[in-house]
Amino acid sequence: MRDMAYEAERAGGEPLSSIFFGGGTPSLMPPALVSALLSEAERLWGFAEQIEIALEANPTSVETAKLANLAVAGINRVSLGIQSLDDEALLFLGREHDAEQGLRALDVAQSHFPRVSFDLIYARPGQTLDAWRDELVRALSFGTQHLSLYQLTIEPGTRFATEQRRGRLVPLDDDACADMFALTDELTRAADLPAYEISNHAAPGEESRHNLTYWRYQDYVGIGPGAHGRRGGCATVRHKKPENWLTSVREYGHGTAEQRALPRHEQATEALLMGLRLREGVDLEALSRRFQLAESTMIDRANFERYRAHGFVERDGTRIMATRRAMPILNSLLQELVADDLVAA
Amino acid sequence: MTDLSLIRNFSIIAHIDHGKSTLADRLIQVTGGLTDREMQEQVLDNMDIERERGITIKAQTVRLKYEAKDGKTYQLNLMDTPGHVDFAYEVSRSLAACEGALLVVDAAQGVEAQTLANVYQSIEHDHEIVPVINKIDLPAAEPDKVREEIEEVIGLDASEAVLTSAKSGIGIEDVLEAVVKRIPPPAGERDAPLKASLVDSWYDPYLGVVILVRVLSGVLKKGQSIKFMQGGTEHLVDRVGCMRPKIEQLPELGPGEIGFITAQIKEVEQARVGDTITTVKNGAEKALPGYREPQPVVFCGLFPVDAADFEKLRESIGKLRLNDASFSFEMESSAALGFGFRAGFLGLLHLEIIQERLTREYDLDLITTAPSVVYRIQLAKSKTDDARTIELHNPADYPDPTRIDMIEEPWIKATIYTPDEYLGPILKLCQDRRGVQVNLTYVGGRAQVTYELPLNEVVFDFYDRLKSISRGYASFDYEQIGLREGDLVKMNILVNNEPVDALSMIVHRGVAEARGRHMCERLKDLIPRHLFKIPIQAAIGGKVIARETISAMRKDVTAKCYGGDITRKKKLLEKQKKGKAKMREYGNVSIPQEAFIAALRMGEE
Repeated sequence: MRDMAYEAERAGGEPLSSIFFGGGTPSLMPPALVSALLSEAERLWGFAEQIEIALEANPTSVETAKLANLAVAGINRVSLGIQSLDDEALLFLGREHDAEQGLRALDVAQSHFPRVSFDLIYARPGQTLDAWRDELVRALSFGTQHLSLYQLTIEPGTRFATEQRRGRLVPLDDDACADMFALTDELTRAADLPAYEISNHAAPGEESRHNLTYWRYQDYVGIGPGAHGRRGGCATVRHKKPENWLTSVREYGHGTAEQRALPRHEQATEALLMGLRLREGVDLEALSRRFQLAESTMIDRANFERYRAHGFVERDGTRIMATRRAMPILNSLLQELVADDLVAA
Repeated sequence: MTDLSLIRNFSIIAHIDHGKSTLADRLIQVTGGLTDREMQEQVLDNMDIERERGITIKAQTVRLKYEAKDGKTYQLNLMDTPGHVDFAYEVSRSLAACEGALLVVDAAQGVEAQTLANVYQSIEHDHEIVPVINKIDLPAAEPDKVREEIEEVIGLDASEAVLTSAKSGIGIEDVLEAVVKRIPPPAGERDAPLKASLVDSWYDPYLGVVILVRVLSGVLKKGQSIKFMQGGTEHLVDRVGCMRPKIEQLPELGPGEIGFITAQIKEVEQARVGDTITTVKNGAEKALPGYREPQPVVFCGLFPVDAADFEKLRESIGKLRLNDASFSFEMESSAALGFGFRAGFLGLLHLEIIQERLTREYDLDLITTAPSVVYRIQLAKSKTDDARTIELHNPADYPDPTRIDMIEEPWIKATIYTPDEYLGPILKLCQDRRGVQVNLTYVGGRAQVTYELPLNEVVFDFYDRLKSISRGYASFDYEQIGLREGDLVKMNILVNNEPVDALSMIVHRGVAEARGRHMCERLKDLIPRHLFKIPIQAAIGGKVIARETISAMRKDVTAKCYGGDITRKKKLLEKQKKGKAKMREYGNVSIPQEAFIAALRMGEE
């Protein structure tokens, strides 16, 4: 709470539009603590009307049992880490729950919270296009209004990376991944849950307001060990280790490990990187005003026109956006679109 | 001055790795040229590259004092000559400065092709050749068999061959005795006008240009005004001396002696190998025969990876040239590679050495374009231009094909020496490279084959291929045999429909299709996927002869990216941008640097 107070003093004075409890297993928090944190946040910043208060939860039976009380404590949106509807896949992914527990958690969540999301991880080694079709069709049959559908990414330093190096794990090739991505797009659109971001699908109006804050590059406060924030052109990072964070809060009244003012060109780069993940894209004119940079300083115009001809980007008034077709190759596309000088500056 | 009868001038001929430098070291050590403490392995190979590769690039010489068994003290001048064909001319000048040679042959490996060429040169100079069979203490040593080989292959009497192990110090005295007894002393008139042959020259940061000379007649003294008869310049001698191998200044060099002089010369270009030195007053009338301007035979483009390094490259090439007048360079600009230089070399090894020295000694990252040879093209008369003959060093300068009457390309005669089990694939390799077999002989379990080959088929990777198909056992040597007409065309490589100048090459029409297909396949693997399909084509004029397609990239996106991931994402983008900056853009396609050279290696055929 002291960490929150520290941030609130430095905030711009607007009320909070969303709160998200995430990272680790916040669903194990005692509901009373959740309730107390929320009252303090409301006292410090004030809540906007229709505030989204979301929490990340794993579908183990212990956590599922707490969902009802968390709803009472003020949580109005829950996102469940279901990850797969297949027991074998869950084992492979190293999850503690099985498919049945996942469905049970979903059932409970949907009966207690007005807004529910769950995630699935696909493009797993050995997974076929048909297997993914079956799994996704099932996932779409529960009436859930928001889905996060992630392709498996093997990050360096993880157990998967080691197994891949040893040849015990062979990831799907890019072509298979691309086919699955296209299929996902097609099925979710048919189910009225179109993608509004690369991996996120929602019924109109059911988008995660909290995550939209990141992608639209609006300010967000990060409280707690390891949390990142953006506040008034500053990047903030909290101490990663809980004990260091606690010590820092105790001694200095905040848990900040690093606070760096971002130059305008870096802010613009970040805004483009995040914003172009969204189907709605970015409003170049607004960014230009916000960062006091010419549009041509931010976007490589020749490349933009070239990739527009390829059907990878579009322009709509002052907005530019990547087409759905371009989403799977966004990393490479961004490299072409974001002007060299902006990154090199 | 030393009595002529007490002087012996000799060189050592050996194949790489047969122990030439080690033997030289031992001779220096035994005659007391250096204390044990000063002894550094392979004293005569000065440059890092020489020592690492076990080759000699510049001729080095050392004067030894040897008290022979006959009780007399001799002055022995040992000349360590470059062993590689690229430096054949330098070798011939070194050999001309001697009266005899030690032929060192590895007791386990036997005679090799490169040895042959130098031995024949030495024989041409009427040298007395003393065979030395080295490494006799190796378990695989077969001195009798090697003796037989020397007699059969080279035709030398090897009955009195000296058996040594330079490494273990066996037989070193015997070598020195053989030098004294069997190699004839030099001849020369002390009272005649000065005539000295310029054997080699190099740049020393403290002394300026140092010139290695062999005095044939007359006396070369400090304070003398001398003249280079071919170069036409005059200089004042400010130092005369010899290497033991430490520098020792002497009052003079008399007939038959080998030593060095300095004369306040700043660039080696002014002191060309093969020139004749005489005095300004009362000088000799006729220069010594055999002077030759260095002729570069292989050309390639050298470009800095980072365009900002161009000035540094210019400066570095200039410095290298101070010490090596045999390579030439001129500025070149390429559409994709920016500004660089077109450089000419004596051969492939020479090219590699210069490239390596630029990278290593001057810390430059370079892109080297495909090596090319010099073509002679006869152009027909056009509306604006007369008929004339041009020399083509760079495929980029290939003229309008409709004006070409005839193209000639340089040919070589290659001698390959190999254990006969590898003969089949070697013959195939030569055949694939448009070779014409001239001769094939067997000696024991080994075959010697002579082929005439177009040089442009050899410059890329012939030597690498030969080594790989013979597991390193085949040896190779060549000499140039002049120009021959050929059905040659310029092949362009187009990436995304744009020609890549750095990849274009002149090829024989008969092999163009195979070469083009291979290049396209290699490039397909070397160029990363882009956001769009990339056609890669090989074309002659407007006609496409080979084609591959790099399919478009389909997925690379980061699945999850939330508030905590922004910084990492931004770093990734910065890294991507840096990586891209190191590539070259052609037709909106980024080509990694390594692709330029790797694409040219023909690989398994």
